[in-house]
Amino acid sequence: MEAIELKNVSFAYPDGHVANEELNLIIQKGERVAIVGQNGAGKTTAVKLMNGLNKPTSGDVLINGMNTKTQTTAQISAYVGYVFQNPDDQIFNSNVQKEIEYMLHYLKLNPQEIKRRVSRAVEMTGIEGYLHMNPFDVPYSTRKFVTIAMVLALETPYIILDEPTAGQDLHGIKTLSNLLDRLQDEGKCVITITHDMEFVADNFTRVVTMANKRIIADDSARNIFWSKEIITEARLKKPQIGEISEELGLDGNIIFRHELVELLKR
Amino acid sequence: MNCISVKNVSYKYPYTEGFALKELNYEFEKGKCYGIIGANGSGKTTFCNLLRGMIPHFFEGELTGDVFIEETDVRNWDSNLLSTKIGYIFQNPFTQISGIKETVFEEIALGLENLGMEKEALIDRVIEVVKLLKLEQLIKKNPNNLSGGQKQRVAFASIIAMNNDIIVIDEPTSQLDPESTAEIFSIINLLRNQGKTIFLVEHKVDLIAEYSDEVIVLKDGQITLSGSTQEVLSNMDLLQMGVMLPQASMLSYDMQKANKQLDSIAITKSQVIEQIKQRVGV
Repeated sequence: MEAIELKNVSFAYPDGHVANEELNLIIQKGERVAIVGQNGAGKTTAVKLMNGLNKPTSGDVLINGMNTKTQTTAQISAYVGYVFQNPDDQIFNSNVQKEIEYMLHYLKLNPQEIKRRVSRAVEMTGIEGYLHMNPFDVPYSTRKFVTIAMVLALETPYIILDEPTAGQDLHGIKTLSNLLDRLQDEGKCVITITHDMEFVADNFTRVVTMANKRIIADDSARNIFWSKEIITEARLKKPQIGEISEELGLDGNIIFRHELVELLKR
Repeated sequence: MNCISVKNVSYKYPYTEGFALKELNYEFEKGKCYGIIGANGSGKTTFCNLLRGMIPHFFEGELTGDVFIEETDVRNWDSNLLSTKIGYIFQNPFTQISGIKETVFEEIALGLENLGMEKEALIDRVIEVVKLLKLEQLIKKNPNNLSGGQKQRVAFASIIAMNNDIIVIDEPTSQLDPESTAEIFSIINLLRNQGKTIFLVEHKVDLIAEYSDEVIVLKDGQITLSGSTQEVLSNMDLLQMGVMLPQASMLSYDMQKANKQLDSIAITKSQVIEQIKQRVGV
């Protein structure tokens, strides 16, 4: 099966601290999924199980049918690209262009292919103006796009973005949104961790919700945001338009402005 | 009374070509909360560095014009004294913690300790702040092992303990979940009620709408829009400056387009709810 499958997966750190309990999840090739939940709910640990950085303590993680227990992290990284939460954990070259090309040289791709991949990744992330800068001199929010470009250049079928919306301005959010559309058109699967509930509503139909080490819901954004139980347990917040609709006592589980205006017009 | 006056200020970092701040003029009053917004790279953090005297005391480069902090030219302030006058909260919770203290209690006490405060007064002060911010559960923990949201709360506790008159806060919630964000903003509100002068850099304009008295918009190092929060956050030109309008403002404009014009452009959730109730009668 072309999918990422988590089958009854638990994970504990070597010091015994349990971070994930009994995760069950199937994400198909080409899907677009948001993962939401509090700081400390286990989101980052869960996605690190998907790219082989963490191996399950019990249960199995399958990537296109391959068990991550029998594969090295390097083997899995050909399938699953992961953009770290903190870009500084991922950067070590002296300029942005070299940073993006680094893995492509390691993979021994020919110069033409390297050029094609770099220009695609750079165009999608809008970092043309930064290619010759030291990555550490690039502003934080743009540095995140540098690390996204590094992972896009690997052209893996699965891409994980860990809190790409943090600190982004209007332009950055638009760039991310366009990026998600483009990757979906290319048939790539994108899994995104984020705290930005407006971004979730605007960009994702499938939302996996985590709380207290577990997956507590896997549903549409609308159903998640209008479930009192889920909102309370995962300590989420509705998008503001949802809150306004709720306080006005309106029906229809509204999460978008146009839906609210449409209803009020009548 | 003016707390900080910025008069015709331009600033250029060392070894760079362009000016990071250009011909800024503003009078900041004591006890108000100022929202500072703008696209990334528009000069918000540099502006914070100017307000807290890091320019020119720490950053060299070229500063023209004048900054007066409580009527005294920033150049004539003693930089140690300035750091007791103005507190600063970092953007990144991970760099917030000193890293040299083993408990949250000691972390909160660090600034006071450096001031040479007597031990008993110091302990009393820290306990007071811990109660105020409800940090009792955390005081024995190692600050390095806290979550991002907890670290930010401890950082605020350290600042509140210092009792600075002016507090500069640079994107305090960009890494935090919705609940921790709400907790941080209730602390900011507390500081506001204590009469502190607050400078708040934040991308979440819905929160700026709730908590600021005035808003400054920066673009390419210049102040392109400023004034009352209501006036600035209901201005559609913000979009051209790379800044989103609050959801309430966008909703008000959409209602206008749908021939259901509200009394005014509301900028906060409670305002827009009130106005919709009046207009549509739901």
